[in-house]
Amino acid sequence: MKIIKFVRQNRQFGILSILALFILLVALFAPVIATHNPYEAVLQDALQAPGKDHLFGTDVLGRDLYSRILYGTSTSISSAFILVSIIFIIGTGLGIIAGYFGGVIEGIIMRISDIMISFPDLILVIAIAGILGPSLGNAIIAITVVSWTKYARLARSLVLKIMQSDYIAAARLTGSKTSHILMKYLFPNILPILIVTAATDIGSIILQLASLSFLGFGAQPPTPEWGYMLSEGREFLQRAPWLLVFPGLAIFIVVVIFNLFGDSLRDILDPNIDKESKSLRKREKENEFKKDCKGTSRIHPSNWVIKWMWK
Amino acid sequence: MRYISTKGEKILSKKEIIQRLLQIIIVLFGVSFLTFSLTYLAPGDPAYAMYEANGVVPTQQMLESARQSMGLDKPFLMRYFTWLINCLQGNLGTSFFKHKEVAILLKDRLLPTIQLAFFSLLLTLIISIPLGIIAAIYKNRLADYIIRGLTFLGISMPSFWVGLLLLYIFALRLNRMPVISSEFGFQKLVLPAATLAIAMSAKYTRQVRAAVLEEINKDYVIGARARGIEENIILIKHILPNSMLPLITLLGLSLGSLLAGTAVVEIIFSYPGLGNLAVSAVATRDYPLIQGFVLWISLMYMSINLIVDISYKYFDPRIGKKEVRG
Repeated sequence: MKIIKFVRQNRQFGILSILALFILLVALFAPVIATHNPYEAVLQDALQAPGKDHLFGTDVLGRDLYSRILYGTSTSISSAFILVSIIFIIGTGLGIIAGYFGGVIEGIIMRISDIMISFPDLILVIAIAGILGPSLGNAIIAITVVSWTKYARLARSLVLKIMQSDYIAAARLTGSKTSHILMKYLFPNILPILIVTAATDIGSIILQLASLSFLGFGAQPPTPEWGYMLSEGREFLQRAPWLLVFPGLAIFIVVVIFNLFGDSLRDILDPNIDKESKSLRKREKENEFKKDCKGTSRIHPSNWVIKWMWK
Repeated sequence: MRYISTKGEKILSKKEIIQRLLQIIIVLFGVSFLTFSLTYLAPGDPAYAMYEANGVVPTQQMLESARQSMGLDKPFLMRYFTWLINCLQGNLGTSFFKHKEVAILLKDRLLPTIQLAFFSLLLTLIISIPLGIIAAIYKNRLADYIIRGLTFLGISMPSFWVGLLLLYIFALRLNRMPVISSEFGFQKLVLPAATLAIAMSAKYTRQVRAAVLEEINKDYVIGARARGIEENIILIKHILPNSMLPLITLLGLSLGSLLAGTAVVEIIFSYPGLGNLAVSAVATRDYPLIQGFVLWISLMYMSINLIVDISYKYFDPRIGKKEVRG
């Protein structure tokens, strides 16, 4: 009953979580819903237009596009979730260490993230992914290397804020162990904000992975992956426009749903998050926004511009 | 003594500018060392890859002589210092695959990249300023909703999909524009620039809207209105100049990355820009080219950021007038 009441109060969130759940189900049950084997090449069926046999048509090797897109959902969703969890764990872990223990470790971690934030994302990712060798695993490593710093900075500033509170001082005074303070007091307090950040990140991570695959530095054939499918379809633009329309549409829909889902999750969780933490998260968002404007520098006096934009 | 503007940002003093320049040099050393070690640690043998790319299966002897001529047989630090000394003398080395000097390869791509960067920024401004103003004036009315919906679409669509769709619609269906921009000219610039401009205008439109909305309720606007000045004149003479300031910062930032090359869009349209060169360099493990490119981007990025910081004073006379002890 509680759930029904909750959904009634947050209708937008309810609808979006159903849609997100639907995508997850598609990813999970792709083998059941698919009409064909996505790897099976039937050369005489090559480049068939969408029709009864092949809902979305076929590609140049005669593989069924509909089935490949369904399997592509699991490729994209699973790699995006793996990636977000890795970044989350590494970034949060290092951020907490930096914030709680300070000193040299903090210096090193923060300087590295300063360098990362003053570099164009995709270029660095391409360089790392390309040098390691093209594969989906290496693409995940490359994006991790570039993106963990965001969570580290956020976790660090949250820890620094909580450390000033009375209950931490009380815990210390009563002689609590470091591990006890970390697990019982720090972690539960910073978790909600970090989860919101992770949820709003899924969409852009899916996009990044797709663009890497599109450039040939991500998933390798014959893995069904949307970005790679688009780059394959590029050669047959004139003869087979469906190779271009459907994978692109799939990326677009999934990214939009996850972006909106993350936003509404934030709106719901936000009232429970106190003001100061909110402003910390906002600052991270500003950092990200600066990156979106494709250029940043740590010591940038344009900070007021960005602050003012996020009012 | 520090100069602090009315809005709180620091104005760079001469000393700080010199500090920033020093910082740029230090970061360049760091970046060059990092890329050098990355290429050293990377799996795969560029000598083998070179023969493979030319369709030859190399013998052991051929591989060794190729490694020698590429300088791959020397120890890591020695390779780095040789490269560094050459680099300081303006010699970035020779590409493994194109057998041309890296500096020349980069220079050849510079003009198309600059053209694409400026043209797409121009398009972005042409689209986003009017749309942003309209959205702000008709806040929460139909026009505003439509424009906001469009910006949402623009932000959510992956750029490679937009590029391919434009390619399909304009180049193939309408047969108006050349599909592949092998040599540059105004026409060949339009589609790649439009692809970049669609994503950027979505963001810029929101900024313009927010900027105009911020100014529209300020005291001086109400004052002007009270004096009976026409709405259009208030908009053009008072609101616009004030709300365009933050845009200059954004433009500087966007320019920095556009000049680093926009790999995805350049690949789609086979545009001969830096991003395209970088992707092919990475794909073929052309180490000297990768190093030269990364060095170039870092330099580009940091110098443009510095120039933007310095230029504030000139764009907004208010900044820097107020002197505060700090």
